[in-house]
Amino acid sequence: MFESKAGILYIAGIGFFVLAFVSNALVPALMYNDLPEQTVEELINSNLRYQFEDLARRYPDSFKEAYGESPGGEAEHDAWWNEKCAEALRYGRKLYVGEGCWHCHSQFVRPVSNEEQRWGPVSRSAEYQNELQRPVMFGTRRVGPDLSREGGRRSNDWHTVHFFRPLDLSEGSPMPEYPWFFDGSPDKPNARGLAIITYVQWLGSWQESYPYYEDYVPSRERPEEEEDAEADNEDAAAEDDA
Amino acid sequence: MSEALNEAVTTSHEEVKSSEELVDQTLVKLYFCTALTFLTVAMLAGLLMAFQLIRHNPLRGIELFSPGRWRMVHTNAIAYGFLANGFIGALHWIVPRLTLQPVFSKKLSWLIYAAWQGVVGATAVGILLGEAQGLEWGETPVWVDPFAQLGLGLLALNFMPPIARMKGPIYVTLWYFMAMFVWTFLTYAMGNFVPEYFVTGTSAGAVGGLFIHDLVGLFVTPLGWGMMYYFVPILLKKPIWSHGLSLVGFWGLAFFYPLQGIHHFLYTPIPMFLQYGAVVSTIAVELVVTTVIVNFFGTLWGSGSAVKTNLPIRWFYTGMIFYFLTCLQCAFQVTLTFQKIIHFTDWVVGHAHMVMFGVFTMWIMGMMTYLFPRLLNRGWYSLKACEWHYWLSTIGIAVMSADLFLLGLFQGWSWAALEPWDASVEISYPFWILRTIAGLSMFAGLLVFLWNLLKTWTSVPEQTAVADVSNAATA
Ligand code: HEC
Ligand code: HEM
Ligand code: HEM
Repeated sequence: MFESKAGILYIAGIGFFVLAFVSNALVPALMYNDLPEQTVEELINSNLRYQFEDLARRYPDSFKEAYGESPGGEAEHDAWWNEKCAEALRYGRKLYVGEGCWHCHSQFVRPVSNEEQRWGPVSRSAEYQNELQRPVMFGTRRVGPDLSREGGRRSNDWHTVHFFRPLDLSEGSPMPEYPWFFDGSPDKPNARGLAIITYVQWLGSWQESYPYYEDYVPSRERPEEEEDAEADNEDAAAEDDA
Repeated sequence: MSEALNEAVTTSHEEVKSSEELVDQTLVKLYFCTALTFLTVAMLAGLLMAFQLIRHNPLRGIELFSPGRWRMVHTNAIAYGFLANGFIGALHWIVPRLTLQPVFSKKLSWLIYAAWQGVVGATAVGILLGEAQGLEWGETPVWVDPFAQLGLGLLALNFMPPIARMKGPIYVTLWYFMAMFVWTFLTYAMGNFVPEYFVTGTSAGAVGGLFIHDLVGLFVTPLGWGMMYYFVPILLKKPIWSHGLSLVGFWGLAFFYPLQGIHHFLYTPIPMFLQYGAVVSTIAVELVVTTVIVNFFGTLWGSGSAVKTNLPIRWFYTGMIFYFLTCLQCAFQVTLTFQKIIHFTDWVVGHAHMVMFGVFTMWIMGMMTYLFPRLLNRGWYSLKACEWHYWLSTIGIAVMSADLFLLGLFQGWSWAALEPWDASVEISYPFWILRTIAGLSMFAGLLVFLWNLLKTWTSVPEQTAVADVSNAATA
């Protein structure tokens, strides 16, 4: 059996593969079967809508060129914004994948290595049960920080300047520049620029803790305000225990 | 095609075919040259990314040279352009010799060659145009996937008949190859279609992890070991040390390897009991790997000097040492204690290079060093250049992986200590610079090899009479 063709073909080739597929893929799939998959339209929330409309306010010309103008009438108006926002999210995700952002940024917060303090609440399964996580954007490498709680942490202006030339905002940043998201200068994001920023602003916008600002005292800065920091940490620890 | 089948069946009873009839040597050469071309592209892409990280990217701000896209070209050109082409070339050399049967159809072989280059080319173009699919190692744009799937199916169709026509038990190499044809086909289908069309979120992550792992474990690894079981006994002129250990190695790998997928996503929301399962089977496979390594060093025992004098053997055994080291490293890195620190860091990048370059690229290079003289019927133009190729590559990869392992630890500790992000980037620079230098050394090794190959091809006269070199059907 162990050296026969049939044994190798059926047991090793097919049998072991299927065993692994069932145990490592089918089991989680069945476990999360009851979590409904949300469509992009269902993902739009007021936090995101605020950021999206803010983009329209800050870059009216660019926005009009990319998405046109909202029709009058209260109801149509709302539907129109939601529709355009969904469009931007889908396109933003496509850019996020196509530019390989996910090879430098992860999208999950682990319960270890103080990641909760740096980035916010640990990731839960339900957060990933939606159309924009198909395939899931967990990521396996962090050259840059995790982005799953990025929404609302920075302003739209910050993002435009950062995508145009990261070095201008983050000293020594190895993040590539993306001038093709703009029509020549950071204050003129094109359809791609608007979409990627919408996508980044979406990340974490569903959280209770939104927007999550880094809630820790970097160890470098500790000496100056040692006492305060110490006290804060103890508070945080006490909360964790509870 | 049925003609080809009949012909093969009738001749199998007659005297053994000569190697020229069995092996399509032109095709093997073509596969090897294509593989080397893609390796060159992949290394240039890796260098682009390396220069981006040290902020000296000469091509910054140009859309078609977006470093993120070229990073995907880097890994995909390696996996599908270099490793796959190199291995398929090897299959065309090995399988007909072991089975004494030609492949199912030589026309089909050429069709597969053309189709596969189409797939790889389309993948590269698709990625560069920003059409990548969001799956690690499966970035092949969705519209290329069905063609790649078809190509893998045809490949199995072409190589399975000669194996099937053999009578009695088959040799170790063919165990690996046979299983690989099935695994690769299934793996590709699972990884590229299931997370895209059938499941979302966390479960898609589990499938994605399984895909990353099956691709390296069920496609690259069995091909690599199959090659070693074939070439090492031929080169050392003695059988493998222990057949029992060969059995343990194959079946252990077949059982434990596919079970480890989730170890790529530890501490994600994937259920913890599944994560533990993956951790345990990962450690188990390390024990299996040890048996394989023992077996090969048992084979080498008594002929150790071959490592000094026989260049292909040296490539092969250097690769095996890296294999052992990398799997040993993995048995640690997979534990949850290590994961806290090293996951997401350059440690993993170090592992990926050590195993993909230090093991499989080395094996393919060893094989090419051995086969090109036979394919071209002439000796190497410069043996010294062969040595340079070896040393530049070996030193390059050793420095690169050591550098990245160390950096990974520093990054992990820096993050856990809640230092500002910039601090972890800052400590990385010296290491990233060293990695670039090491990468340049590996690239220089490749250039030396290419130059040597060109010179051999164009300036060394063909020696038709050298039976030892050209006729290896009996070997
Ligand atoms: C070479 C790896 C790399 C690539 C590719 C990359 N980034 Fe970054 N990114 C970084 C690094 C490093 C930082 C941290 C330094 C900085 O702020 O620039 C960063 C920072 C960021 C930040 C700011 C995070 C914060 O709040 O401090 C955002 C948002 C971001 N990246 C989004 C993206 C997007 C979207 C893409 C794809 C279009 C992308 N990145 C591609 C490496 C990368
Ligand atoms: C038995 C030995 C091996 C073990 C135990 C092992 C284990 C691991 C683990 C645990 C990781 C994930 C690390 C992390 O993300 O934190 C990993 C990543 C990786 N392994 Fe291995 N591995 C082994 C052999 C191989 C082989 C043979 C290959 C290549 C053919 C390989 C290629 C890779 C690659 C490319 C990655 C990075 C994946 C990514 O892009 O994220 N490994 N390995
Ligand atoms: C010229 C030499 C090379 C250089 C400079 C180089 C550089 C790089 C860089 C910068 C990355 C991105 C790492 C990151 O995300 O931080 C990378 C990733 C990778 N490279 Fe290379 N590379 C080289 C050769 C190779 C070769 C020959 C192989 C395989 C045979 C290879 C396989 C990989 C793999 C598998 C990854 C993905 C790692 C992961 O996702 O964890 N590289 N390389």
